[in-house]
Amino acid sequence: MPAVTETREQVEKLGQSSYKWGFETDIEMDFAPKGLNEDTIRLISSRKEEPQWLLDWRLAAFAAWQTMEEPTWAKVSHPPIDYQDAYYYAAPKKKAGPKSLDEVDPELLRTYEKLGIPLHEQALLAGVEVPEGEEARMPIAVDAVFDSVSVATTFRKTLAEAGVIFCPISEAVRDYPDLVRQYLGSVVPVGDNFFAALNSAVFTDGSFVYVPKGVRCPMELSTYFRINARNTGQFERTLIIVEDKASVSYLEGCTAPMRDENQLHAAVVELVAMEDASIKYSTVQNWYPGDENGLGGIYNFVTKRGACRGARSKISWTQVETGSAITWKYPSCILQGEGAVGEFYSVAVTNNRQQADTGTKMIHIGRNTRSTIIAKTISAGHSDSTYRGLVRILPKASGARNFTQCDSLLIGDQCGAHTVPYIENRNMAARVEHEATTSKISEDQMFYCRQRGLSEEDAVGLIVNGFCKDVLKELPMEFAVEAQKLLQISLEGSVG
Amino acid sequence: MNAIAPVGRSLAPFEARLDGIEDPIRHAAVGELRRVGLPGPRVEAWRYTHLRPLAGHEFREAAASFDADLVGRALDESLPRDGLLASTPRLVLVNGRFAPELSSPANGVALPEGVTFERFLASPEFDALATPEREPLVALNTALAVDGVCLSVAEGVAAGRIVLVSVAFAGDEAASFHPRHSVSLGAGASLELIELAVSSGSGAGAATYFHNPVLTCDVGEGAKLTHVKVQKEAAGATHLATVYANIATRGAYDSFTLGLGADLARHEVHARLSGAKAAVHVNGAQLLGEKQVGDITSVITHAAPDCISRQTIRNVLTDHARGVFQGKVHVHQIAQKTDGYQMNQALLLSPHAEIDAKPELEIYADDVKCSHGATVGALDDEQLFYLRSRGVPEAQARRILVEAFLLEVLDLHEDEAGRALLDTALGAALSLRIGRLQGAGQDAGEASE
Repeated sequence: MPAVTETREQVEKLGQSSYKWGFETDIEMDFAPKGLNEDTIRLISSRKEEPQWLLDWRLAAFAAWQTMEEPTWAKVSHPPIDYQDAYYYAAPKKKAGPKSLDEVDPELLRTYEKLGIPLHEQALLAGVEVPEGEEARMPIAVDAVFDSVSVATTFRKTLAEAGVIFCPISEAVRDYPDLVRQYLGSVVPVGDNFFAALNSAVFTDGSFVYVPKGVRCPMELSTYFRINARNTGQFERTLIIVEDKASVSYLEGCTAPMRDENQLHAAVVELVAMEDASIKYSTVQNWYPGDENGLGGIYNFVTKRGACRGARSKISWTQVETGSAITWKYPSCILQGEGAVGEFYSVAVTNNRQQADTGTKMIHIGRNTRSTIIAKTISAGHSDSTYRGLVRILPKASGARNFTQCDSLLIGDQCGAHTVPYIENRNMAARVEHEATTSKISEDQMFYCRQRGLSEEDAVGLIVNGFCKDVLKELPMEFAVEAQKLLQISLEGSVG
Repeated sequence: MNAIAPVGRSLAPFEARLDGIEDPIRHAAVGELRRVGLPGPRVEAWRYTHLRPLAGHEFREAAASFDADLVGRALDESLPRDGLLASTPRLVLVNGRFAPELSSPANGVALPEGVTFERFLASPEFDALATPEREPLVALNTALAVDGVCLSVAEGVAAGRIVLVSVAFAGDEAASFHPRHSVSLGAGASLELIELAVSSGSGAGAATYFHNPVLTCDVGEGAKLTHVKVQKEAAGATHLATVYANIATRGAYDSFTLGLGADLARHEVHARLSGAKAAVHVNGAQLLGEKQVGDITSVITHAAPDCISRQTIRNVLTDHARGVFQGKVHVHQIAQKTDGYQMNQALLLSPHAEIDAKPELEIYADDVKCSHGATVGALDDEQLFYLRSRGVPEAQARRILVEAFLLEVLDLHEDEAGRALLDTALGAALSLRIGRLQGAGQDAGEASE
């Protein structure tokens, strides 16, 4: 079949060149010694000037982690990870914490500029200085996390006026200890799973968001994660609390330099939504995926979970997963409040030797809770992609409703696409529907596009975008544009 | 609690019989069993079906002697003398041993020309299709199998129907039997195998017995094996069956399983489409009540191009019953143009019933059309209202809707005699679990919302 042969050739041609975020920033770093033990944890805790309770919490997590084994149930394979051969703390050297952007190392600012992340709020606010070729954007507050620490958070003043707290979590520990203490680990307990326990022990930074009662967060919040240093693991922790009748939309992006070694990224994200609250959490995951032979790339082992505690609360996860050598990630919703709503929209693209095992869990506890799962999986090259999801309806969740749709698209005959849904229903007054399909791009669709003059690559690009449309339309506008571009780039060579 | 190590369940219920086994194949199976134990809930393939009911008993080898009257009565009940299957050749096993005196045509078991029958007991040979190293319950069977039925149909022979009945005759002590059956069809041959698992229902209380059959089916080129199974084991029983089918080019294995009995039941099918243009159907239905657990598990491997697989399973669960469906479709890279479909649907009729489903696709070929679906829900209020508004009493309306839900999947089975057997068995179970069709009203059982 010529299309397949061509695709294969193109895949073979595809080099590292397409990952344009693969540069490295040369900046003076402060490392903790390699390896993981109690001393490392004490060091991290003292560097961050943490209170005793948090150190105890970390040590408890570490103790739990030591009794646990790495999970093996996911459909991914990698050489064993030596947890002692990595740095658990790496931060750009700095004097005191920067009070304003002017104090941030200009090298860092340049890095984020190169990544296209706006850290200059004034320029944006005024709507001037829009670099040529870039469209003017809506203002977005950004928390920029560089290796282990948050280097800058923009628009904090504007947000503070609205009552919204948006700051690095290490600052939140200092400034809002009660809030952090109340909620940290309340959604993902320290011993939840191997990687969450590891994160709880060594997490370094991340974002903290608190939206008080009745407040609609005035702008999109965003965290941009960047792994830069060698041999480091990145363990960020995000905690978002949205009170009654409040709402927030939060975006997350990430990139890393191109390296031959594998780096571990084990984050934990906890969301708490109270009565009538709504949280929209969007991710465009673009860690370095490794080269075409599977050398290098990030191991992205992430625990994300949201608790819909209040009645009618809503948590919506949208993710576009194009990067990482291995993705192991199941953003989940615990639907406790009556009428709570959980949503999961996902596009996962794997190419070359990438592996992805991703999906969601929807735990229906409260009455009339609803969840929707739309997962689109695209495999190309020699990659393997798995959707793994759980829908569990507990006995009290009368009137619960779930709809799940998982579609997989295979491009080329050397890749795999797998669907592993678990459906557990213990309530007769609940309705669960699940459907999944796996196919390749249909020749009819191709023919239709081709006979209207589209090149084969453009046609595939168009069809893939259409395939993902249900998910992409859930993304905030800027992200949707970026995600579409990313799709093109990650499938470059195998499709348009 | 062992939080991490995947320690299996203890072999204690069978320990006494596993010692001193010398036959090398059986010995290897025992070694395998000792290594992994009986599967516990941490074994992925058994995460929803727990073998707890086996613990705490010591299963002895089931008695070879039985009360012929009671067994005869059980046979007559299941296969009425005036029924469609009355004159069909039947092979009867009691407690896992072939019973020539109950089989027909009498004693000699004259089967159609081209069909050879042998007892497993006569020359125990283990079919290579079975994989005791992967399925602990098959290892258990391999270690303890005494008898079974081995059928082979010669090339091009249309063998018609053969009934295979297993009657459990439970005594006072916990007993188990592990029959080993095999069916092989030469090129172009055909056979309709009708399998029935019943109990002689000898006496008071629940029967504690464990039926652990293994059936291997080798379907030759262009051959067709139709396999209907009706499982009506006694309350208190455990029925864990494993079927392996290998289907050659243009061959077909068309199966239907109806699960009604036993406290704990599992019908596990491993079908391998090893030749191009082969087809497999694994359809089934379960109607369970009380605290029954019924599990239908399938692994369908597409190892050749242009094959078709179809699975439609329907579950109706009342009281505290729990239904499990695990279906895996594995498409090898060579299996281009695969057409796979899988659908599992469940109706929950009680607030305590539960369904756990895991339909799974593992696909390595790109030019395929595979889909699966699953739905779970209660009876549709609007449908009930429709019937009620036309004067149908509620209990009867429920029965009509449940029956319709199950008949839709029974319709997938085309063989007339097999279908008649399914209908009879299902009708009785519906009356027991849902309520009778006529004059229902009062005895509708638990009709709570």
